[in-house]
Amino acid sequence: MSKLGNIGARLYRGEVGYDFIGKRKIWYGISILITITAIVGLAVRGLNMGIEFSGGAVFTAKTSASASQAQHYAESAAGGHQAVVQKLGGGSVRIQISGMDTKQALPVQEELAKDLKIPVKDVNTQLVGPSWGEEIANKAWLGLGIFMVLVVLYLAIAFEWRMALAALIALIHDLTITVGVYALVGFEVTPGTVIGLLTILGYSLYDTVVVFDSLKEASKDLTKQNRFTYSEVANRSINSTLVRSINTTVVALLPVAGLLFVGGGVLGAGMLNDISLALFVGLAAGAYSSIFIATPLVADLKSREPQMKALAQRVKAKRAAAAAKEASQEDTEDPGPAPADAEDGAAVVGPRHQPASRNRGRGRPSGKRR
Amino acid sequence: MAAPKKGRRAPASQGHPGRTLLLVLIAMAGLIGGMFYSGTMTPRLGIDLAGGTSFTLAAQNQPGKPNAINETNMKTAAGIMERRVNGLGVSEAEVQTQGTDHIIVNIPKGTDAKQARQQVGTTAKLGFRPVLTTTAGTKTPEPKPNPSKGGANGKAPGDKAAGDPAKDKPGTEQKASSSQSPDAKPTTQGRAVTDALKKAPSAKPTPSAPAKPTTPAVPPTPGADIPPALQKQLNALDCASKQSRATAGEKAANSKPSDPIVACKDDGTQKYVLGPVGVEGTDVSDAKAVFDSQQGQGWIVQMDFTSNGGKKFADVTGKLAAKAPPQNQFGIVLDGAVVSAPSVSNAINGGNATISGGFTQQSAEDLGNMLSYGSLPLSFKIDDETTVTAALGGEQLHAGLIAGAIGLALVVIYLVAYYRGLALVALASLMVSAILTYTIMTLLGPTIGFALNLPAVCGAIVAIGITADSFIVYFERIRDEIRDGRTLRPAVERGWPRARRTILVSDFVSFLAAAVLFIVTVGKVKGFAFTLGLTTVLDVIVVFYFTKPLMTMLARRAFFADGHSWSGLDPKRLGAKPPLRRRRGAAPTQTKEA
Repeated sequence: MSKLGNIGARLYRGEVGYDFIGKRKIWYGISILITITAIVGLAVRGLNMGIEFSGGAVFTAKTSASASQAQHYAESAAGGHQAVVQKLGGGSVRIQISGMDTKQALPVQEELAKDLKIPVKDVNTQLVGPSWGEEIANKAWLGLGIFMVLVVLYLAIAFEWRMALAALIALIHDLTITVGVYALVGFEVTPGTVIGLLTILGYSLYDTVVVFDSLKEASKDLTKQNRFTYSEVANRSINSTLVRSINTTVVALLPVAGLLFVGGGVLGAGMLNDISLALFVGLAAGAYSSIFIATPLVADLKSREPQMKALAQRVKAKRAAAAAKEASQEDTEDPGPAPADAEDGAAVVGPRHQPASRNRGRGRPSGKRR
Repeated sequence: MAAPKKGRRAPASQGHPGRTLLLVLIAMAGLIGGMFYSGTMTPRLGIDLAGGTSFTLAAQNQPGKPNAINETNMKTAAGIMERRVNGLGVSEAEVQTQGTDHIIVNIPKGTDAKQARQQVGTTAKLGFRPVLTTTAGTKTPEPKPNPSKGGANGKAPGDKAAGDPAKDKPGTEQKASSSQSPDAKPTTQGRAVTDALKKAPSAKPTPSAPAKPTTPAVPPTPGADIPPALQKQLNALDCASKQSRATAGEKAANSKPSDPIVACKDDGTQKYVLGPVGVEGTDVSDAKAVFDSQQGQGWIVQMDFTSNGGKKFADVTGKLAAKAPPQNQFGIVLDGAVVSAPSVSNAINGGNATISGGFTQQSAEDLGNMLSYGSLPLSFKIDDETTVTAALGGEQLHAGLIAGAIGLALVVIYLVAYYRGLALVALASLMVSAILTYTIMTLLGPTIGFALNLPAVCGAIVAIGITADSFIVYFERIRDEIRDGRTLRPAVERGWPRARRTILVSDFVSFLAAAVLFIVTVGKVKGFAFTLGLTTVLDVIVVFYFTKPLMTMLARRAFFADGHSWSGLDPKRLGAKPPLRRRRGAAPTQTKEA
């Protein structure tokens, strides 16, 4: 842990760090690849929609009958509809009959109860009309749309439109990946999945927003200095919030893992399982995208600004000058991609301070740098 | 720009951490006290955790009434359903509208789901339509013997018709018969109705002269100006089997009120061609079954109309009374099936009417219920029906609790491993958060009818992560400040404004998601969104009024302030610059950057 803390400290100071922005093209590429895979998977395999979307009935009951017996009963009771029987823990069977109207399901329930020799009232039943899932999904889409508009507006006001745009892209990226995983693995899509998916919205952005917040702070007076480019500051923001990002993701995933374990292991199929599965995939994607996609995108967009272009040139010129000077003096201090190290050298004078010591150089009688 | 902010903030947040803490504790004690006071110690459990049946009904658009699905109508419908379900003797059934066009009906365990479904799902739309013609219920009408039972049944109403006007309330001169006689076989019942209906009209001029029952109106009375299309429909209509009746009923229920329809008697004994709706079911303000001991009529159903409905009813009955049988009957049509088809002898004024004849207590009460509660302004279809046995409910609750415990334990282990002493703060905060969430959920049960369901449990578990994250944000900030060479106390204060902003921004996004979900979605998603929103708000409150003051207080303790290696704030472990560099003067300069 002490090592972790140390890494945290060094990440924070920028002594170590991964060049997220510099290698963004690689990560963009990976993301595009994953997204394409997800879309292809979705197009080719489609989603395995649960009975909530097709209409049908699910009966769950404790019974001594074996799965094959139950299958037999279910098929005869279903009368032509497709029946899927699943043995759950604790001696229960789950019988799912798809394509059935809510009105037709009642006699089936009675027949099944008779076959399985249990009272009707001990049969857990879920009857779903064929349009119900669609309705949930439609409402979810509506919610998604409204949420996206609101969040983009909010981020555009609280931060700026570039961040809003990047956050939106990251969000869509997360959702696509999650849906893609569902298509590829063939998990069943239920209203629980929809709930999980919608929760990802909040979570994915939550993560992104924290990085953006640090970035906004770090880049406040950026144009007034000429030591760092926007991209470098952005990279440091990611690195300095990396520990937090990892911690957050771990802490968020742990309860979900608990849900997944209990949902999958103890209860068999069910809502807990569906929600946590979607969450698990989505959270992982969300953590990834806020670091590797959202912030680099902001950096990309921001670098196109004339001010930032000018800044980048000033920084370049200055570094070239410094390099020349240092080279002429004697040895090293690699000017290029390690601005943080250079800055550390300067920090001997006073306490080093986050973020990126933008304007420190100005107010100080240092003179060492020039 | 940041410097003045700091000045403003410092006294507020640093000044009296104890007081703020006390405030939170008092609030907590108040909530817990409220819990004891209200006597509810556990949150109300939803159907999926406690067992029971839950229906989700969707209002359906009807032809001719494009704007029928509105708030008023939905509320009316929900109110009617609630009365109806509770009329079953179900305790604690709840009916609520959700979104624009859904009604959720939750019926706790111990109720016959089938009966409830019938009450909730099938009885939807009621109307009074004049009968244009009637015939036996089968496709090819065949004459049947006149059973003695039917005759008896038929006679009764006729006799009553004689005695009635004198005895009944001024306005209730309406004589009618109904087929409600549970032990009668469908055919005999049908006969009975027809007989009675035949009788009643003949009794019209002088109610005391019942006509002898004749064979039922097969074939349909000629001379009535029935359009050939309808006649054809009538001939094709098959009321014999339950299935075909359901189909016919659906078709009839879905036709416009202003169109004539063909419909079956609900027991399949008769079929009718009915004119446009004369009086809507919503015009009945009340109907109840009454035992008429004075006149020996047995069970009768009394109806009260709204003032508007009374006028319409008087108008309709006035017209009907002038017609020849069977066109002097009106059909009480419920969901496309004729429940009863009494005949009319006089215009019925005064806003109320009685239906008499051959009722048992049960059948009279049923009809009364249907008349008074059956007047839903909308028709509904069942979208989702979930029945959970108490056993499974308990199991699911159990599983949810285990999942929560596991999740919480994992988070605690992680926090302790990573933050050591600081984890205590996090744990205390999580606990406060948990207590607040629990008490509020419990108190929301009786106040707004909040019920904890499985998705809500799920939301609460997911919220552990969100809540813990706020602490992480703050702790990381404090650590960053320490890494910058500050001692704990300034670090705690200086890290706060920045952590606070991050927490607010990210919690706002999370809350926004929850709020949008809550407003837009239906059913289970709503429960989830509600919990998520609630916990997000509580998270902000806890971090502001508990975690921060607690941190301020702990920062004064030597264990934390001196950076004990188990405090999680050891400057050396955190890789802080040696304190040498911690110049006093440095701090103000840097505030500008914050």
